Amino acid sequence: MKLPKLPVPPWRRSAGPAPDTVLLAEYSGPDGLLAAADRVRRAGWSDWDAHTPFPVHGMERAMGLRPSRVPWYVLVLGLGGAAAGMTLQWWVSAEAYPLVISGKPYFSWPAFVPIMFECGVLGGALGAVAGFLAESRLPRHHHPLFESPRFERVSDDGFFLSLSAAGGDEGDRALRLLEETGPARIERLGPDGVAEVPAGAASRRGPAATPERGVPPGGAP
Amino acid sequence: MSHAPARRLSAAEVKLPERHPLRKAGLFAAAAGALALVAVLALAAGDPRQALASYLVAFLYWLSIALGGLFFTLAMLASRAGWCVVVRRLAEHLAGTLPLYAVLFVPLAVGAAHLWPWWGGADPAEDPILAGKAGWLDPGFFWVRAAVYLGSWALLGWWFRRRSLAQDTTADPGVTRRLQSLAAPALLVYAVTQTFAAFDWIMSLDPHWYSTIFGVYFFAGQAVAVFAALALLAMALERGAKADGERRPGPLAGVVTVEHYHDLGKLLFAFVVFWAYIGFSQFMLIWYANIPEETVWYAHRLEHGWEGATWALAIGHFVLPFFFLLPRGVKRNRATLAAAAVWMLAVHYLDLYWLAMPAIHPEGFRPHLLDLVALVGVGGLALGALVFALARPALVPVGDPRLPESLTFENM
Repeated sequence: MKLPKLPVPPWRRSAGPAPDTVLLAEYSGPDGLLAAADRVRRAGWSDWDAHTPFPVHGMERAMGLRPSRVPWYVLVLGLGGAAAGMTLQWWVSAEAYPLVISGKPYFSWPAFVPIMFECGVLGGALGAVAGFLAESRLPRHHHPLFESPRFERVSDDGFFLSLSAAGGDEGDRALRLLEETGPARIERLGPDGVAEVPAGAASRRGPAATPERGVPPGGAP
Repeated sequence: MSHAPARRLSAAEVKLPERHPLRKAGLFAAAAGALALVAVLALAAGDPRQALASYLVAFLYWLSIALGGLFFTLAMLASRAGWCVVVRRLAEHLAGTLPLYAVLFVPLAVGAAHLWPWWGGADPAEDPILAGKAGWLDPGFFWVRAAVYLGSWALLGWWFRRRSLAQDTTADPGVTRRLQSLAAPALLVYAVTQTFAAFDWIMSLDPHWYSTIFGVYFFAGQAVAVFAALALLAMALERGAKADGERRPGPLAGVVTVEHYHDLGKLLFAFVVFWAYIGFSQFMLIWYANIPEETVWYAHRLEHGWEGATWALAIGHFVLPFFFLLPRGVKRNRATLAAAAVWMLAVHYLDLYWLAMPAIHPEGFRPHLLDLVALVGVGGLALGALVFALARPALVPVGDPRLPESLTFENM
């Protein structure tokens, strides 16, 4: 199975080949999704995500998300903005076009602090936006999940877990894992469109149960 | 989680245990404080001006923490904040010690003539500026104003604590509604009184000088101090009494969590920045306008050895804590947050010292033994009063309808 070709932003191109299949499991509420996320994390899957209409407490821990890197963009660009603001004022007022203003030295740093501060705030704010876009791989025109009509409810009352897998064995293991988390329904998104997976499809033909990888069972959440 | 079963606390769970070390510490502090104040009194005969100035700084230091408690209580009620309910009672207890400061002000009221240079009045021919301020800087009016400030703080601190304590048994949500609606006008009273108190007690040490932002600067220090104090107090109450060589969990263990410390740390960080913003705003406008009657105040603080204190303040009260408190992990770790809180409480003393003392010692930075003795004296009584306030009642407002929300509070 092949997914439709999507426009991939340049920084995303190194992410490897597109997955063969995307499984979309829907849960009736945040608790079911939290438990499922915990389980999928323990099973050691890497290319998956949780989608909720509102921030769910504990989801970061359940998914094993590492702290966001956005603060580093803010710090570097904030300090950079402040340094640039001060440098600009020093260069303009003391180097390029020295002017005596109210009898003060050319480089009167206290007068430059407010503008340095504002440049720092500007740099930090732009850093937050740029960092957010880069870290979440945006802008992106389309995502396979939007093929599913039910997925529209993610901004209303739908709780979803999406998981990308290659075909064959890996796809079967993924489906089996998701079935074990007790979703309300599972959809398979592929090049042929969206199809609901009948309940128990994986267990009927599936291989042995998913071995738990990574965190040992009962380990720290 | 929002739909998890609501967790409730009983008042008995969150009382200070009988053998908690804080009880003995409170008694000891009160005794040491009383002794130290006697020592200040004994030493005052030799140098009343120094003794009163040292006492003023010590008085302002501990007062600013208690006033910060009043600010925290009122601001959290007025903004209907839910996260802070588990620590709000501690701020109410801090504010509940405010009546003590009305008593502790007496030595300043009595010895005012030695401390505030405008006390004797001024000759309009010699000093027209001071003569022009005679209407405000009048001894009788000064006493009346001080009584109004101290009286309104004592009343507000006492009343808000008492109403909140009453809610512990009734669990009446109407109390919360009433406190919330009264917190806004009370904040107004607090803002005006603390501004003029800063004018009267600190700014008028340099009676020719004035700065309209001065009250906000005093407030910024209070806010920094109270967030630091609340974090340390909550940590002390997470530790319990020792029994059989083992330390039991304290009354706030499992109640105040890392999530609450994270928020206290964020507020501490924010007000460190706010303090610097206000302090620099005051400095820059005066530096820019360069009018002698305004710049003299900074001139005193930038020469004769005071420049060291000024730089220490700028770096110690802003640059270092700014970068130290910036990472999320520092605010979510009790040890690092406690270190930052202790540091901020120390530099907050330097801040008040730097505000008041150059007027007494323009010739240079002259630390005096009395500074330390007075700090211990007022501080001992302040700590004793705090322990007295929190010894009996529940340490958490168990009747507050927002308590379950606060108990399960999580940052994103």
